[in-house]
Amino acid sequence: MKILAFVEQREGKFRKSAFEVSRTARNLADQLGGDSVGVVVGSAVEAIGEELGGFGIERVLAVDDPRLRQYSSTAYARIVEAIARREEAEILLAAASAMGKDLMPRVAVKLDAGVAMDCTSLRVENGEVIATRPVYAGKALVDVRINSRVKVFTLRPNVFTAGVNNGKRARVENVAVELGDSDFGSRVKELHRASGRPDVTEAQIIVSGGRGLKGPENFHLIEELADVLGAAVGASRAVVDAGWRPHDEQVGQTGKTVSPTLYIACGISGAVQHLAGMSSSRYIVAINKDKEAPIFQVADYGIVGDVFEILPALTKELKNLLGKE
Amino acid sequence: MKIVVCINHVPDTETRVTIAQDGKTIDKTKVNYILNPYDEFAIEECLRLKEKFGGNVIAISLGGDAHKETLRKALAMGVDRAILLRDDSTRDSFAVAKALAEAIKDLAPDIIFFGKQSIDYDDAQVGTLVAEMLALPSVSVVVKLEITDGKATAQREIEGGHEIVEVSLPAVFTAQKGLNEPRYPSLRGIMAAKSKPIEERPALSVSSKVEVLAMRKPPAKSPGRIVGADASAVPELVRLLHEEAKVV
Ligand SMILES: Cc1cc2nc3c(=O)[nH]c(=O)nc-3n(C[C@H](O)[C@H](O)[C@H](O)COP(=O)(O)OP(=O)(O)OC[C@H]3O[C@@H](n4cnc5c(N)ncnc54)[C@H](O)[C@@H]3O)c2cc1C
Ligand SMILES: Nc1ncnc2c1ncn2[C@@H]1O[C@H](COP(=O)(O)O)[C@@H](O)[C@H]1O
Repeated sequence: MKILAFVEQREGKFRKSAFEVSRTARNLADQLGGDSVGVVVGSAVEAIGEELGGFGIERVLAVDDPRLRQYSSTAYARIVEAIARREEAEILLAAASAMGKDLMPRVAVKLDAGVAMDCTSLRVENGEVIATRPVYAGKALVDVRINSRVKVFTLRPNVFTAGVNNGKRARVENVAVELGDSDFGSRVKELHRASGRPDVTEAQIIVSGGRGLKGPENFHLIEELADVLGAAVGASRAVVDAGWRPHDEQVGQTGKTVSPTLYIACGISGAVQHLAGMSSSRYIVAINKDKEAPIFQVADYGIVGDVFEILPALTKELKNLLGKE
Repeated sequence: MKIVVCINHVPDTETRVTIAQDGKTIDKTKVNYILNPYDEFAIEECLRLKEKFGGNVIAISLGGDAHKETLRKALAMGVDRAILLRDDSTRDSFAVAKALAEAIKDLAPDIIFFGKQSIDYDDAQVGTLVAEMLALPSVSVVVKLEITDGKATAQREIEGGHEIVEVSLPAVFTAQKGLNEPRYPSLRGIMAAKSKPIEERPALSVSSKVEVLAMRKPPAKSPGRIVGADASAVPELVRLLHEEAKVV
């Protein structure tokens, strides 16, 4: 049985999820008695492919074409389909990232495959893969099985372990896939990067602020703490709707679902829609002046106090600990 | 301009989930249903396109009788026609998409809008599945859309940034929060919607590929420890994060 790992790169750099997907493909292959093969698509990507060896992938197929420098769902789908057919792959893995979620449904239709989206665990039972995925924004979990011959699983970023890079190098084969202009129906023209901070869906640590911050002018307190920790900045919907923070920082049922190792909620009450998006974080810290706030129900550590007092103190203490300035 | 918007009927975000007897679905008693929040952005965008370019907007929902409520809301917001693809069973996204694609094909629209995701199963795939089934270009998770001369330029949200994607029409889009501010149905709209027909036809029967074996609640998080009540608790908090949780 062959397992294809679509590994995501942008601008010639693998995303962290690429390593998580690689390692998971390797683990599945071991359990199912099969092979795992990496697929990397882009422009001048052949050189980076070998790094996946460190995460358990021995063979990487690179599709290199200047027209693929920017993501194109239609062209990328053609490529993954072609390779899956050539390799007779039965299981396809990708990250449940912006790209993976956009790409894999297309691939699935081409291969008549079912998709289990945004899985948080995969296990093998009697030779079958059973996937667990959160539904209702994490208020429940389902175990699913895909009954089509070809199966597609996308993996929630930050949940599967990439393991340590053992420094091995993968064998990279350059493969050609014939592409015509008509394959580029959807094509990215430009890519805009936001602030230098990590995105909430990828960050190990998130510092999130809510209405308790009183106004957009006070979010520097959140940002300063985030920067000491190399963390992402998150927000409740209340502050996004008020225009204090951009939409892409919103955490919750109608925002991003996040699973960092540490989530620090500051001046956030912990409404059910907010909890839905972040309660799978490994550790949760709550800072809120109301000891009855529901956020304390899910927090591992809480301080019942004023964010304007606690946040600067916390930033300072962590600076000392981490030896910054 | 011919516009189709696919909308879903889902449990309210306030819903406290309990698992039903079958161990595979949620207990639907006492659950309040709403128009899927992302689909509201989709409807709003379609209405704005219609206001700008003329034409009409058709809303389609696949499901049981209850979905009529959601179609009525779409009518009240201002869509011109509402179609219920009747299906009283549960099916996976692939089977939903196949039936929607079949119905949409006959309508030959220029633009097909979806929400980015249903907030029940959080699948985030029906829109793109339909696009591929109809061999159309698509842009998902759209936060900004401009249409000129049969071409669309869409801004889509990705991790830590945006992509600008260009496609020619007909094309499929899925709406993300931030795309617009959905209107509230006017009283007149609500009254008018009551007398507009909801066209009903059976959904194409398609078998599912993804099977739910079991549903359960995630392990409950037990409330942790209150470390203190003012800044004097900060050193202890940092010690716990560093030494106990080992996360900083
Ligand atoms: C359809 C729908 C979808 C939704 N989706 C989301 C979503 O995705 N994400 C989301 O977050 N919300 C969502 N909501 C909104 C949600 O219900 C809450 O309204 C929102 O999360 C509240 O944000 P908040 O905690 O910042 O504000 P509030 O609830 O007002 O809480 C502010 C908190 O700050 C505390 N506070 C005040 N001053 C201080 C101080 N000086 N120091 C310390 N603490 C202080 C208060 O005690 C309070 O607990 C959704 C709602 C609906 C209806
Ligand atoms: N039963 C349905 N009827 C009509 N549209 C649907 C249905 N299910 C999903 N959709 C559309 O597909 C989008 C994505 O849904 P999903 O892939 O289920 O998360 C939703 O926002 C709707 O626009």
